[in-house]
Amino acid sequence: MSEKEVKNLEEIFEAKIARDEKIEPKDWMPEKYRKTHIRQMSQHAHSEIVGMLPEGNWITRAPSLRRKVALLAKVQDEAGHGLYLYSATETLGISRDEMFEQLHSGKAKYSSIFNYPTITWADIGAIGWLVDGAAIINQVPLCNTSFGPYARAMVRVCKEESFHQRQGYEIMLTLCNGTEEQKQMAQDALNRWWWPSLMMLGPTDDASTHTEQSMKWKLKRKTNDELRQQFIDQTVPQADILGITVPDEDLKWNEETGHYDFGKIDWDEFWQVVKGHGPCNKERMQTRVNAWENGQWVRDAAMAHADKQADKKVKQAV
Amino acid sequence: MNKDFLIKYIYGIADNALILGQRLGELTGHGPTLEVDIATTNISLDLFGQVRSYFQYAAQLSEKEITEDDIAFLRTEREYLNVLLVEQPNRDFAFVIGRQFLFDHFHFLLLTEMQKSHDQTLVAIAKKSLKEVSYHKRFSSDWIKRLGDGTEESKQKIQTAIDDLWRFTDELFHLTEDDKKAVEEGIGVDVSKLKETYYKNVAEILEEATLEVPELKYFQEGGKKGIHSEHMGYLLTDMQYMQRTYPGMKW
Repeated sequence: MSEKEVKNLEEIFEAKIARDEKIEPKDWMPEKYRKTHIRQMSQHAHSEIVGMLPEGNWITRAPSLRRKVALLAKVQDEAGHGLYLYSATETLGISRDEMFEQLHSGKAKYSSIFNYPTITWADIGAIGWLVDGAAIINQVPLCNTSFGPYARAMVRVCKEESFHQRQGYEIMLTLCNGTEEQKQMAQDALNRWWWPSLMMLGPTDDASTHTEQSMKWKLKRKTNDELRQQFIDQTVPQADILGITVPDEDLKWNEETGHYDFGKIDWDEFWQVVKGHGPCNKERMQTRVNAWENGQWVRDAAMAHADKQADKKVKQAV
Repeated sequence: MNKDFLIKYIYGIADNALILGQRLGELTGHGPTLEVDIATTNISLDLFGQVRSYFQYAAQLSEKEITEDDIAFLRTEREYLNVLLVEQPNRDFAFVIGRQFLFDHFHFLLLTEMQKSHDQTLVAIAKKSLKEVSYHKRFSSDWIKRLGDGTEESKQKIQTAIDDLWRFTDELFHLTEDDKKAVEEGIGVDVSKLKETYYKNVAEILEEATLEVPELKYFQEGGKKGIHSEHMGYLLTDMQYMQRTYPGMKW
């Protein structure tokens, strides 16, 4: 293709995005756009799959039948989101196996929050309330992102996430209306999950490398710091209703700005976990790799069986 | 009328779903593919849904003030009446599928017959559950065929699982004293009459899967009388953890 033709395609592409039209898999797109989307969408899919583990950790110990059913359904939804997002990413010319390979080798990242352990039942409430809450804030703008398959996947994902978030908050509410021991369990979970949840919205704007380009492609509509502020402003009053305390001495309503001021985030901890040294990074990856390796013979059998069936059909047709 | 036999009869059916659902719940997030992960979680969900219907009904019948959760979480091991088959551990995917397959075919026949019960609540539960269990049966039977007629390795693994689990199948067709009473009252299903059809149906699938149908003289039993395998205590330890550690709280 001549330089002029490429330039022409680029102009058509940029104009589409400017008009808020969707880019579809078969449309021409710059290589960087394709790569960025593969990176972000697969990372998102991996987060769903790895995210099943900390919550799955409580399925066998859920405290009531009702909670057990809800938790199973929630974790199953996450598997569904993963499936949906992997499929959407495959339209960009990468296979699911390749994406798994990138996850298992450490090349692809997933949301760092899932490298924290779930040690009490209240953690299941806190994850729903805070982690899904932060995820929604991150994800709602993606329903209007420029890449069609991603935008459509996100519409469905966001609906289910907001249901999960209400469910998580309801677990917290039940604990906070319960015995002193239950309330303490809720407070302890908030103490442990608050700061990692704030980190989930990403590094501060001055440290974020992808923001500018992502804004242009509508992969992002607000900066990390704006999203974080939005999360804090919406979550603090919810903690007040629960009657538990956000573990930040500097947290204060600011009349002038109309927002909460908040304390310093420990970014060293964030980078430590991102780089693979959080409390559960090794366990999470080992679990995923084990599931994959132990499943190899099953996938091989399914392929072999499908081939045999296809052969039979061909023979019958002949 | 003394409803005690009926409550025990319900436990006998519901505990199978409870314990198998619990076993399947252990697998969530660890499946060989995402699709299988979703499917086994779904079966677990169906089974727990059924459990809730049964236990809510049993709680209603009980003279004591009890809830579905008291029944599910606060009995002693000897009071759980599930068959030994469903409590067997997830040794590998072949055992998961083998266990599911051997149970689903029984479960399907049981629910089909239960639709004729004189107890309208049980009829309603059977009708609703049958739709779900038809799917479970198709899922596990399809996997039996895939693994049996897949690779050499998968064939050997699923054959080992079927051979090993076969000893627990006979118990499915035993009747306890409470079961007999339920049958006499026109409420319960005489499971002994399902045996022939069961082994015929199961053998058909195994043959289609190019697998051997085990020939066995000696079988294991006990679960229906509350005498379980050593695996059961650990399963209950997990399942009952919260209710035992924090008695009497709402969740």
